[in-house]
Amino acid sequence: MTETLLEVEGLKKHFPIHGGLLNREQARVYAVDGVSFTVRRGETLGIVGESGCGKSTLGKTILKLIEPTEGAIRLKGRDITRLSRREMLPHRREMQVIFQDPYASLNQRMRVQDIVAEPLGNFDTGSRAERLEKVAALFAKVGLRLEVMHRYPHEFSGGQRQRLGIARALALNPELIIADEPVSALDVSVQAQVINLMMDLQGEFDLSYLFIAHDLAVVQHISHRIGVMYLGRVVELTDKASLFRHPQHPYTEALLASVPVPDPRRRKKRTVLKGDVPSPVKPPKGCHFNTRCPYAVERCFHESPALREVAPGHWAACHLR
Amino acid sequence: MVDRTTAAATETKIQDPPWHRRLVESLGDLREALRRNPTMLFGLVVLGVMAVAAFGAPYFGLPDPMRQAPIERLRDPSAENWFGTDMYGRDLFSRVLHGGQISLMVGLSVAFLATVIGLAIGLVAGFNRRVDAIVMRFMDALMSIPAILLAIALVALWGSSVPNVILALTIPEVPRVVRLVRSVVLMLRDQVFVQAAIACGTSTARILVRHIMPNTIPPLIVQATYICAQAVIFEAYLSFVGAGTPPEVPSWGNIMAEGRRFFFQNFGMILYPGVFLAITVFAINTFGDGLRDSLDPRMQRRV
Repeated sequence: MTETLLEVEGLKKHFPIHGGLLNREQARVYAVDGVSFTVRRGETLGIVGESGCGKSTLGKTILKLIEPTEGAIRLKGRDITRLSRREMLPHRREMQVIFQDPYASLNQRMRVQDIVAEPLGNFDTGSRAERLEKVAALFAKVGLRLEVMHRYPHEFSGGQRQRLGIARALALNPELIIADEPVSALDVSVQAQVINLMMDLQGEFDLSYLFIAHDLAVVQHISHRIGVMYLGRVVELTDKASLFRHPQHPYTEALLASVPVPDPRRRKKRTVLKGDVPSPVKPPKGCHFNTRCPYAVERCFHESPALREVAPGHWAACHLR
Repeated sequence: MVDRTTAAATETKIQDPPWHRRLVESLGDLREALRRNPTMLFGLVVLGVMAVAAFGAPYFGLPDPMRQAPIERLRDPSAENWFGTDMYGRDLFSRVLHGGQISLMVGLSVAFLATVIGLAIGLVAGFNRRVDAIVMRFMDALMSIPAILLAIALVALWGSSVPNVILALTIPEVPRVVRLVRSVVLMLRDQVFVQAAIACGTSTARILVRHIMPNTIPPLIVQATYICAQAVIFEAYLSFVGAGTPPEVPSWGNIMAEGRRFFFQNFGMILYPGVFLAITVFAINTFGDGLRDSLDPRMQRRV
């Protein structure tokens, strides 16, 4: 039995909308609305979903960049849900992040060696020369030349910047890396390089990834297990093979059907979803998917389905399974 | 693996560039900016001439600006007294040049002090919501008092001396700097690279110093030049109404105030310090405009 590294239980993040007289709370954005899953050591859990389904908020909440509203986050068995900024510090070594936008995530006014050395400076007591040597090793590890170490970020391409982001995330030797759409801002060819680099590093350092993306092909390539999110909730969670072979939730079905197939003869009948994702400010009662579900029955409009194990290791949140 | 990369790293010299090379680099940037922006160069040159004239005045062999010679009073310009003499027979040219010392000193000191104090307050206010609410209301209150009235009141309270004038002119300028810094901090606080810094364990103090502060410097430098120009005018104003530098010290405001009564005998007592004041302020503003243009990221040279 492999060890559980990260455990998320009933996590909610609601953003209040203030306004009107006295600045009272007018409404709430239900960005993340009761999400539970675990990430095991050495595993990649992919999280897919349309834009606006709360997957990035989920990542930021786990990182404690924003405070969770409800629920629990346990990292290596220790509850970090309510820890303050200062109390979080020791746990930051174990959990690092790669951001989506490689342009915005690097400070333009710092040399790249200082950007990568920053986490080391926060925890390491080693001398500056020692830190720079570690940075050099990291540069080699992520495939960047050492001559570029004292350049500035604007002199790098998108793919190289993302390598810098990975080097920074690796600096503290973390066990878990939360990757928030790390390749969606890159060209397809560069995406493959970065994904393969991440997979190599996973093998070398026994890393776990929480890999957030909207691109099914990318997630399929890197993940061991995949969670599908819709409007702040995980609707299906299972290993890669059974998700693609036997999707259990109607939303997953539609998501898989929407992937373009590059062969006209293999094009099958698609279930194309009607309408738009409802606003997370006013999610529908009952099952969040009921407004667009082709199979919705009466019950779906009253009662929200819990995530149940419909087959061994295969979890889905649908009344009809 | 690690051994090999470390060895490679030592070979390719992974040290920081030495400080003098970095200095040369930034001086090169300044030269480039001046080349592309001749008005800024003009401002800088005029300011340089002013500074040399004012601070070099004691070494030019001019008559002592304080030496009184009642017999030579209110003379017209001559080869001996270029700008003529005032009502005590003091050489006006020497007085005007020496007067520049006060103006430039006050302008620079006020710009520096207001920027540093405003930066510190603005950084904290931008990052801490509770401090923000209190500090900003106080700053709003301070801004509601006309700057010159506040300065006059403060000098009246503390007595007239150059340090008091500097302080009295600094206080009304601080809120403007605080607002500017705070707005930059608020904008940067939610940037991804700040979140990345939080995620990799950087403390709030370090985030402020390493990530936020460097980004506030360019707009601050520009603001500082405007504060400097403003302070030069206000110092003259304070001296003119008698709430500035002590009357025996030559300053442009003092000379003009004295010249008021002898307007018809020696018009130069108003004219020359006034022209010097106008040229100085104009030069500072031109330099500030040039700086703003060259520090604006949209105007940066393309690589």
